[in-house]
Amino acid sequence: MAQTVFAPWEDPDRKPLIEFRNVTKRFGEFTAIDNLSLNIYEREFFALLGPSGCGKTTMMRMLAGFESVTEGHIWLGGQDIINVPPNKRPVNMMFQSYALFPHLSIWDNIAFGLRRESKDKAMIEERVEEMLRLTRLTKFAKRKPHQISGGQRQRVALARSLAKAPKLLLLDEPLGALDKKLREETQFELMDIQEKTGTTFVIVTHDQEEAMTVASRIAVMDEGRLVQVDTPDVIYEAPNSVYVADFIGDVNLIPGTARPRPAEPVTPVADPAPAPQPASVEDAAPAAEETAPEAPVQAQAPTDARQPAPNARGEWLYKKVFARFMGQRDLNTPQLPPPSPEELAAARKAEAKAAAAKPAPAAAPEPAIKPGGILIDWAEGQPPIIAANGDPALDGKPVTLSIRPEKVTIDLEKPDRPNVLPGKVIDIAYLGNISTYHVELATGQMVKAQMVNARRISNRHITWEDEVWIGFTETAGVILEE
Amino acid sequence: MRRAALILIPYLWLLVFFLVPFVIVLKISLSDVALARPPYTPQFDLSLGWEGIRSFFSELDFENFVFLTTDDLYWKAYVSSLKIALVSTLLTLLAGYPIAYGMARAPNEWRPTLLMLVILPFWTSFLIRVYSWMGILSNEGTLNTVLLWLGVIDTPLQIMNTNSAVYIGIVYTYLPFMVLPIYSALEKMDESLIEAAEDLGCSKLAAFWLVTWPLSRNGIIAGCFLVFIPAIGEFVIPSLLGGSGTLMIGKVLFEEFFSNRDWPVASAVAVILLLILIIPIILFQRNEQKAREAEG
Repeated sequence: MAQTVFAPWEDPDRKPLIEFRNVTKRFGEFTAIDNLSLNIYEREFFALLGPSGCGKTTMMRMLAGFESVTEGHIWLGGQDIINVPPNKRPVNMMFQSYALFPHLSIWDNIAFGLRRESKDKAMIEERVEEMLRLTRLTKFAKRKPHQISGGQRQRVALARSLAKAPKLLLLDEPLGALDKKLREETQFELMDIQEKTGTTFVIVTHDQEEAMTVASRIAVMDEGRLVQVDTPDVIYEAPNSVYVADFIGDVNLIPGTARPRPAEPVTPVADPAPAPQPASVEDAAPAAEETAPEAPVQAQAPTDARQPAPNARGEWLYKKVFARFMGQRDLNTPQLPPPSPEELAAARKAEAKAAAAKPAPAAAPEPAIKPGGILIDWAEGQPPIIAANGDPALDGKPVTLSIRPEKVTIDLEKPDRPNVLPGKVIDIAYLGNISTYHVELATGQMVKAQMVNARRISNRHITWEDEVWIGFTETAGVILEE
Repeated sequence: MRRAALILIPYLWLLVFFLVPFVIVLKISLSDVALARPPYTPQFDLSLGWEGIRSFFSELDFENFVFLTTDDLYWKAYVSSLKIALVSTLLTLLAGYPIAYGMARAPNEWRPTLLMLVILPFWTSFLIRVYSWMGILSNEGTLNTVLLWLGVIDTPLQIMNTNSAVYIGIVYTYLPFMVLPIYSALEKMDESLIEAAEDLGCSKLAAFWLVTWPLSRNGIIAGCFLVFIPAIGEFVIPSLLGGSGTLMIGKVLFEEFFSNRDWPVASAVAVILLLILIIPIILFQRNEQKAREAEG
């Protein structure tokens, strides 16, 4: 981790490798790309992300030269390339369908581009072997594309497009045809290869997870425009619009009206005892305002200590159906017994101690509520939502509070958190590593709360139809104006 | 059982509609011409019993095949047929490939219509279509009239009753057989292959030669055989459009059979023609099989 952070886009003196200057592309009446300007730097892994029809593929095809530019210019390494035909550009593309030549062997597929520019057989041979090694395909060199698996084909396509050592490699939904597991593996492989070769990669994808995983920066597109261009963490934690917040990951959007909040703490912070702890929260807060509010995530920690209990659905099924002919279940059968309240209390104490022992995540169970910011009136007769990171200048304007489900906690007892709202569990999605609870608030607004299943639980103590409290900190959400 | 029955059907078909007629033709080719009805001996007569069958077989010989070698008309006709078939196959390929290519690159919604247009001529009788070419190509025909009117020529072109007319007729008639297999090969081709080739440094022409052409090869081979095989034995086109100089085995066969009423020699000509055709047919089958394997 001692590496310097790779962020050429923050250096105003760096010349971008690719420069879109007011590029517009029209197909007849339809405007696919609308006056778009964008800089992509050398060695970047840049992702164009958006729903289908947002223009991301058109951008890529313009870079490759398959689509002309209606207006504007595209500069690549100091050269205006809009009139350069695709075969003369130092750009190679990996196609969504891979576009491997079915009549040529893997070896000949990879050598195809090299043969076009060079007659030097030894050089070609060496380069092809190198590419085969890089993509671990040496064994398959003699086969035809239809004789290898999808994952291998994907690697052939990558090897073929990298063989000519292009300045820029374009990847058009490169992993779309692979199954989830292979896709995840391949994502890391791609990153690895990108690092090894030092090539600039531009990837087009509609899969936000893929973009988040591989990219150094993501451009979120909508209807031919760039909505936000930022690093994955900024895109996720500080989306600049409801569109981006909604497109990237799961999100709760609560619309309301802003009003300024008094600068001094509203909630009585009577207990000034753990002086360094609120200070640490305060320290983290300014950074959190700008980029990622990390402190609230830590503040959540205590609530993660949830009690294990029998699987509610299984229990219900047994009681209603099986108990009749199988008799009452002996609860002492080999099954994780639900811990007693004493055990739980002990476990919590131990955890609190452990947490206190570590200096960094020493978040107090009751963080002081940061003063200032705004209050959001989001529903008649409901307490306003405190958003300390909101701009008081938004007074009276309609805003949307965007809050990620993993930053929302869920409890049966009313927790002591800056924002607490009562609701009822409508649905639970158990995903193994996490569970997502769909909670309906009194106003009918649905809120998703996510809990990490850190323990091997034999049950969830929160189940369908439960009256629960959802809570989140005053800086957990992002205030979006729209 | 069911598998056996399924396999039996095509074999039975072959037996009834190919093997039996072939054996009959073979038998006639081994017979002698006679002024009788039918005009050859020996006749197969079961009433004489075993003795009849024996005498029947003893009278068969290869005389007619030997005769074919003595007159150079026959081998010249074979060679000329092969030449005309070969040239017209190439011409059909030259005309058919761009058509198939254009169809395969046409917008999706156009393709069924274009396909329909290619098949449309089959709705009219083949004979009528060849006759109408006579109307177009003759000295007073449409083509010459238009060319004279345009001032391109001052004397009518003699196309009718020459080999050129035969080529035109064959190319016209067999064009769909060339277009359809090539179209089907090109249509299956992923267009991003061309883009990939260009992306890797090919000019448009190089991309065509290195990708499109090899990938449509199976279609080209299939189309060529579909034209070449029937064109060798073609009779109607050379006899209607060709002149006295047009020598084709189909015409020879017709004359032996109907004008000379020499069924045995005509049959021998037909048997040799079949033997010549077996080679390209086997090659064609092999190509089809390879194509199927490559796909599977």
